[in-house]
Amino acid sequence: MNIHEYQAKDILASYGVRIQKGVVAESKEAAVKAAKQLNRDTGTEWYVIKAQIHAGGRGKGGGVKLAKSIDEVSTISDEILGMQLITHQTGPEGKKVNKVLIAEDVYYPGASEPKEYYLSILLDRDKGCNVIMASTEGGMDIETVAEETPEKIIKEWIDPRVGLQGFQARKVAFALGLEGAGFKEMVKFIFNLYKAYEATDSSQFEINPVLKTSDDKILAVDAKVNIDDNALYRHKDIAELRDLSEEDPLEVEAGKSDLNYVRLDGNVGCMVNGAGLAMATMDIIKLSGGEPANFLDVGGSANAETVEAGFRIILKEPNVKAILINIFGGIVRCDRVANGVVEAYKNIGTIDIPIIVRLQGTNAEEGAEIIKKSGLKVTSAVVLKDAAERVKEALA
Amino acid sequence: MSVLVNKDSKVIVQGFTGSEGTFHASQMIEYGTNVVGGVTPGKGGQTHLDKPVFNTVADAVEKAGANVSIIFVPPAFAADAIMEAADAGIKVIVAITEGIPTKDMMLAKEYISTKDVTLIGPNCPGVITPGEAKVGIMPGFVFKKGRIGIVSKSGTLTYEAADQVVKAGLGISSAIGIGGDPIIGTSTKEAVEFFMNDPETDGIVMIGEIGGNFEADAARWILAQGNPKPVVGFIAGQTAPKGKRMGHAGAIIGGADDTAAAKMRIMNECGLHVVESPADIGEVMAKVMKG
Repeated sequence: MNIHEYQAKDILASYGVRIQKGVVAESKEAAVKAAKQLNRDTGTEWYVIKAQIHAGGRGKGGGVKLAKSIDEVSTISDEILGMQLITHQTGPEGKKVNKVLIAEDVYYPGASEPKEYYLSILLDRDKGCNVIMASTEGGMDIETVAEETPEKIIKEWIDPRVGLQGFQARKVAFALGLEGAGFKEMVKFIFNLYKAYEATDSSQFEINPVLKTSDDKILAVDAKVNIDDNALYRHKDIAELRDLSEEDPLEVEAGKSDLNYVRLDGNVGCMVNGAGLAMATMDIIKLSGGEPANFLDVGGSANAETVEAGFRIILKEPNVKAILINIFGGIVRCDRVANGVVEAYKNIGTIDIPIIVRLQGTNAEEGAEIIKKSGLKVTSAVVLKDAAERVKEALA
Repeated sequence: MSVLVNKDSKVIVQGFTGSEGTFHASQMIEYGTNVVGGVTPGKGGQTHLDKPVFNTVADAVEKAGANVSIIFVPPAFAADAIMEAADAGIKVIVAITEGIPTKDMMLAKEYISTKDVTLIGPNCPGVITPGEAKVGIMPGFVFKKGRIGIVSKSGTLTYEAADQVVKAGLGISSAIGIGGDPIIGTSTKEAVEFFMNDPETDGIVMIGEIGGNFEADAARWILAQGNPKPVVGFIAGQTAPKGKRMGHAGAIIGGADDTAAAKMRIMNECGLHVVESPADIGEVMAKVMKG
């Protein structure tokens, strides 16, 4: 589960991680109030207005701006709130900004130059443990760094049995070229960050940039936090931070019916039991000359209700020209699924795009017979190859 | 010989008396699997499905000689169940449970690394050796006896592959569903290695999906061994969008091997028979076996 920057920073701060302070606001009036409060608390006279959406690249898209007075806080917040922010991670339609974070200016002049770093913690699937990744190239996309200057990425793997050790935090801080007070601060920063990561069952922390201020403080200017969905049951407080307005409405609706749905932008919808077969079905659609409109795993219980819910969600996409239902019956019997399809079809009324039902496995023949007898405009297939052919015909 | 489980396996079911455990245990017994009992803490001494219930896995090992365990325990307690089985001396653990927190699995995997045990899963359909033992939730009738081994991250896609292999005139020696979670007990390479060492397996179907390095690692290992047995490979998710579910920085650790296209390229380079369409798995396997 993703959370907003301001929520992530609250969590980090509660584990002793130093952050760029800020106050969240949903209107320009609240933004002004937030700025005044921030001025009292931190003495800052400049303010950074940051759009709160679940996507990176906000700065380039015009979602992060500097205000040098309270008046500017008001005008800039007004501009950003309500805008459709488009970044490389939002897709061409962008995301609506409902909240802004008014944050203190931490790039103030002083004894040394402020310097930005990159720090993240994530799961290394191959090694089966967490890894800390760091780089001196703060503010840059880590993908770009990995491609252009891979030698600048520092990695430190954490033994799950003993957790992060002191020497490891020191190794990272030294490798970043730090010394003196900045070094000590960074070691503490890494320690507290790892503590927060472990305690919250996170699957990814990305702090980009981490800033060394002109007076040698180390703090998180941004924070991307992703929590392991499977562990949310033991973090009720974090689960409540979920912002449904950040998610695709169709995906949210599908979730309510226990369907695992991901919206794509193709012209052939699909409904499948099992995630691997669902991905394979998307691939079949592509090889048949179409583009998958979605990923949809109906799970182990493909019955009339789930099939109907699936139909309704897929049909909300106006681009969909055909639907392929691909069920491999194991414990789920194909005749039951076929009855479900017929029933769902009748409940919905008219579906005026071709539907191809491919049933294989337990009682596949009986299932095909039910589809045939129903008199509905549904084509049935048994072998995957036939299903691909039927999709091709439907698109021709 | 066979891979991981056979007719002599003495299987217990952890989470025996729950609804999932009960349903699949009865299916396994019906298939002919030698289920010697089950474990439900607090229900020891009772009988369920005409088999003894034990309080602990250690009891089941001592009193019923169990050496294989299948786990249907809910996610919050599943890592504990895995460690209990390993501690009791079980040799093959099959964890079906979906939704175990990553942190729990990380620790459980570390814990069992010091024991003489093979963990399959979690979040997997299990293992089957046709005609001998089904330790999983797969439809047994699809898997007809033969000499092709199947290694797969997915459930229904494994059934699909098995069905195609059978319809192409071949059969299955054993099938291993290794699971779709980020942390699993047995990697693709390790599962392939079981089949390479199995005298009853002549060819292998290897099915992967986007994310992680397992398939690329397996392919490189197969090449390093000199491709001793033909392997037909398929990667699901050629059309899957980037960035969905997979973290930003996560893609970096996966490096260039992370996408379906990259994995298929590596598998091709390593001498595997890669199919673009999942509909071609059986046909290509048959063609390859004919030489």
